[in-house]
Amino acid sequence: MKNIVIIDYGAGNVKSVNFAFQRLGYNPVLTDDPKTIKTADYVVFPGVGHAKAAMETIEAKGLSEVIRNLKQPVLGVCLGMQLMCRFSEEGDVNGLGIFDMDVKKFDDQLKVPHMGWNDVLDCSSIMKGVTGQTYFVHSYYVPINQETIASCEYGIKFSASLAKDNFFGCQFHPEKSGKVGEEIILNFLNQ
Amino acid sequence: MLRKRIIPCLDIKDGRTVKGVNFVDLQDAGDPIELAKKYSDIGADELVFLDITATHEKRKTLAKLVERIARNVSIPFTVGGGVRSVEDADVLLHAGADKIAVNSAAVKRPELLTELADKFGNQCVVLSVDAKNTEDGWKVHLVGGRERTDIDLFDWVKKAEQLGAGEILFTSMDHDGTKGGFALEALQKVDELVSIPVIASGGAGKEEHFSDLFQQTEISAALAASVFHFQTIEIPELKHKLAQENIPVRTV
Repeated sequence: MKNIVIIDYGAGNVKSVNFAFQRLGYNPVLTDDPKTIKTADYVVFPGVGHAKAAMETIEAKGLSEVIRNLKQPVLGVCLGMQLMCRFSEEGDVNGLGIFDMDVKKFDDQLKVPHMGWNDVLDCSSIMKGVTGQTYFVHSYYVPINQETIASCEYGIKFSASLAKDNFFGCQFHPEKSGKVGEEIILNFLNQ
Repeated sequence: MLRKRIIPCLDIKDGRTVKGVNFVDLQDAGDPIELAKKYSDIGADELVFLDITATHEKRKTLAKLVERIARNVSIPFTVGGGVRSVEDADVLLHAGADKIAVNSAAVKRPELLTELADKFGNQCVVLSVDAKNTEDGWKVHLVGGRERTDIDLFDWVKKAEQLGAGEILFTSMDHDGTKGGFALEALQKVDELVSIPVIASGGAGKEEHFSDLFQQTEISAALAASVFHFQTIEIPELKHKLAQENIPVRTV
């Protein structure tokens, strides 16, 4: 049985992420304990809410260095992925700097949050073979860059998914994206 | 391209799904979990659960139901009914709800929207508003439409956005239960006034009503209850029709 840890730092979607893995037959551990996180086979870093508040919690729990130094596959979900970037315009806060990108706010001309099912395009890595739509809810985005492994279009093209070494990120919510989301979670667990 | 969302609404009373015609006569339409799973399987894009008998004592029962839904369903869902405080919302969000809908409590104490947005982010704060077109214009109504206020619908949705709502669920009491189509003009006006997504509710009776909504307004989502529960409209066929009319929808 794969030892999956979901980092529980009080983020709102921890339970939903946990249930998604459980529906696939896994039984993740929810914890903020650095030692348990470090020894996991797979680590999931969830998140919804405000970047600055979340980053402060991560710092206060002493998890920044822990996450940055993980060597096993790590999946950041939504805000989790954004916190793995260099910097976020949401609260002008520094992130973990794993992905070499800044997080930007969507144009005011658009309805924000970008909310609903949208197409994931140009898929590779853990997104390889994925077709259709996934569920997005976010007001900030990561521009397209060399770490982009799937894109999405809302006013502009942005990163739906990122990968760098053992680190992966999804801007959308795989735990809320029906069968397509399950496929992506299973791809991650095959890393 | 962002897809137009089709959202079945499940009214919950004592752990069962009900739907009132014009919010008065209630008919039993099944078990919430089974209905939710069915809707998820056939292509509903989101679900809304409104607890119409939520009292303080029953909140724990609701939280348990919410957790069962979250465990079983892999699409997003909103829960509303009697949410009056950050604590109320916290219980439901921690049980696995993705969004919280607030209605009367936000009218009575608008700061609630800000408190919720500050704590959980505006993406999970849905302002649910019931309104009627009176001789003085569109007025907000409370307690499931029974109590009229002097608050103007359009002022209220703008203010709600500024306070922290991340989405508006607008039900026209004049259209709800009539099956005569959505309140297109008022919906378009609400949509133009706010820069957050708007869900249309009230009046869906046949497939054409959804076509009209998405062709004649910029609205991004449509909510309905009895037409789905009693299978007057089947979601796969509805989406097929909308797709043929070049309205972007998700198919499963």
